[in-house]
Amino acid sequence: MPALASRPEHSARSPLSIHDMTVAYQRRPVLWDVDYDAPLEPSLVAIVGPNGAGKSTLIKACLGLVPMASGQVEVFGQPYRAQRKVVGYVPQRESVDWDFPVSALDVVVMGRYAMIGWARPVTRAHKQAARECLRQVGMADLADRQISQLSGGQQQRVFLARALAQESRIYFMDEPFAGVDAATEHAIVDLLRELRSRGRTVFCVHHDLQTVEQYFDHVVLLNTRLVAAGPVATVFTHENLRKTYGGRLTVLEEAAQAVAQAARPGVSASAPSRGVAGAMTGGGIAGAGGGGGG
Amino acid sequence: MGAWALQIATLAPVRVDWPGWTQVLQTLTFRAGFNSAGVVLAATVLGIAGGTVGTFALLRQRALMSDALAHATLPGIGAAYLIAVALGATGKSLPGLLAGATVTGIIGVLTVHAITRHTRLKEDAAIAAVLSVFFGAGVVLLSYIQRLPTGTQGGLNHFIYGQPAAMSLRDAALIGGAAHGAIAVAAVLLKELRAVCFDDRFAAAIGLRVFAIDLVVMGLVVLVTVIGLQAVGLMLVVSLLVVPPATARFWTDNLTRMTILSGVIGGLSGYIGASASAVLQDLPAGAVIVLTGGTFFVVSMLISPRRGVIHHAVRLATQRAAVARDHFLRGAYEVLEIRGVKPGDEAGGGFTLHEIKPGRTIGLGTRVLAAWLVRRGLLERGSAAGAAKNWALTARGHSEALRLTRNHRLWEEYLVTHAEVAPSHVDRSADRVEHALSATLVRELEEALRQQGRLPMEFATAPASVHPMGGARARAHLDAAGGGSA
Repeated sequence: MPALASRPEHSARSPLSIHDMTVAYQRRPVLWDVDYDAPLEPSLVAIVGPNGAGKSTLIKACLGLVPMASGQVEVFGQPYRAQRKVVGYVPQRESVDWDFPVSALDVVVMGRYAMIGWARPVTRAHKQAARECLRQVGMADLADRQISQLSGGQQQRVFLARALAQESRIYFMDEPFAGVDAATEHAIVDLLRELRSRGRTVFCVHHDLQTVEQYFDHVVLLNTRLVAAGPVATVFTHENLRKTYGGRLTVLEEAAQAVAQAARPGVSASAPSRGVAGAMTGGGIAGAGGGGGG
Repeated sequence: MGAWALQIATLAPVRVDWPGWTQVLQTLTFRAGFNSAGVVLAATVLGIAGGTVGTFALLRQRALMSDALAHATLPGIGAAYLIAVALGATGKSLPGLLAGATVTGIIGVLTVHAITRHTRLKEDAAIAAVLSVFFGAGVVLLSYIQRLPTGTQGGLNHFIYGQPAAMSLRDAALIGGAAHGAIAVAAVLLKELRAVCFDDRFAAAIGLRVFAIDLVVMGLVVLVTVIGLQAVGLMLVVSLLVVPPATARFWTDNLTRMTILSGVIGGLSGYIGASASAVLQDLPAGAVIVLTGGTFFVVSMLISPRRGVIHHAVRLATQRAAVARDHFLRGAYEVLEIRGVKPGDEAGGGFTLHEIKPGRTIGLGTRVLAAWLVRRGLLERGSAAGAAKNWALTARGHSEALRLTRNHRLWEEYLVTHAEVAPSHVDRSADRVEHALSATLVRELEEALRQQGRLPMEFATAPASVHPMGGARARAHLDAAGGGSA
């Protein structure tokens, strides 16, 4: 197996290079021969595919959280182990116990533990940095609140703030938009764009096909093997989606388009953007059911 | 089953000699003699260590595992004794026995891991199997040892239920040293323990060695279990680890405070329990220590201000009463609305309880509620309309009923027309709709209601200028709540 650098398509400047990654849970392959290079310029990359396609597994394998049966992962030309400090991570919100006795600030400070080092106390400076991260996600007032008293969207923002506190160069986010309210969805999108403008690359497992074009510039289409990857404009095509989702897409797409058409023109912008009515005008809320019935 | 029979036999004739106050005071202040002071001190330190270490075992969900570990120590005690006797020693050296206990305890834990990893059994089944099988092996070994002619096996049973009085001062010093070590480790690694207990995946991603931290937690649990064997016995030692943190959790949402509080509760349990059993001869000290901790737990569970049972019951009852009150007033309003009675009209304002709850029996609850509404000045007994229709809203009651009905209908309309907004995003308990929704939106909703003829009356006569102040307030309210998310 040639080293990554010797292959012309694997550049040492790429934020993430995956070569020949195969992951299997008990004999069943979850990811198969995935070969991928992230764009050199800062980008927002959506990882898209049907349920069980291995999207979360791809992220976890990159982070060394699940063992690979074969393959190599390089971050800026070096193995992940050496680059841990430049990689931020937002796990799925359901993966932790939200009744745990910590405050929002405590959770965000965890993003700085690697910087602080083993067995050393958390200093005031680190707490201050964590507060600043909470402010960036609009949660400054809730820093000292116990995490079980936060709404789902607020909990998601705490996780984002924790990733910000890592001060990384690339980020992996596992379904950051899952189950959040419209206001949080907007806050997350703004944050992603802010990160890109600061030169960061963000990989997001994403479920809502409707918003891929709106939110992301690159896309990775995954279904056990890599179907296609590249700029949204050229890769996010009907043909590629069909290859990714197979027969299931038609149903999905029809439903999604119907909703999109019903939702977009309908709502009048009647309040300042922070009001509930204003937040709704952004549209694209996944699963917006029929609004009629009145 | 010799060990069991023996132990039960010694438990049976419990005779309590109630002590005098001086004796109690002497024990509590470590002045009741050298030996009993050592025992009380050791039990206190053990309790502190158990509470501190137990916090992390509990949060890492290792409570049951700790119990399996404790039970798995018994065969080790027996084996260590047999090996020592075979080597020509008396077999009763405490470090030797505890070393044996440690070895089989760890083997028990590893067996649980192996079972869950290599079979389809879940962890609880693996724990139950390991716990009972290892304990069974221990009981067989001890009953075999009972019949040996060595003559030194007498105290081995004490490891099952504990016998702190049998501790020498040297044993107490050993316990104290180990307990201090456990507390020190927990204090130094607090940050890492917190990260791993909360979110092990993230901890692994940022390079913390989750496996090593887990080993530390399990190692500390082993330490507390083994040094606690003599004091409270293997049957009860798990409670040193679980009860204090579970109790502390009722009182705080902060991990550091919870850890300290848990240590304090554990220490108090050890102190009070050991003192009590020193004073009341014949009471088994281990059980008394555990019962003391159990008392703290039960009391906390009942009276804790946010997580307690009483608090929950009160909150539920308050909520139900509020809902019943709102239903009653809205029901009354709708009765009047159907009749076309305007607020302030003298005639036709009376109604029966049956009209408010059509088709339902009027129970004691409704009558109590009505009486309460009368006392609050919202409802009165209307004599004018005759005995059949003997209730009427007061002026205040009417405006309250109007407000509730209007709020309720606006929310209904909102939920129907804006179904795509997550319901959790909106605080529907807000006093007025304007506090949660923008003024413009409220006006839209009102217009919709008016067209359906469902806008409550007073508002129907004075439409467009609905609470301009309310709108401004609502926005301020949202800004504060949303924290400037946009």
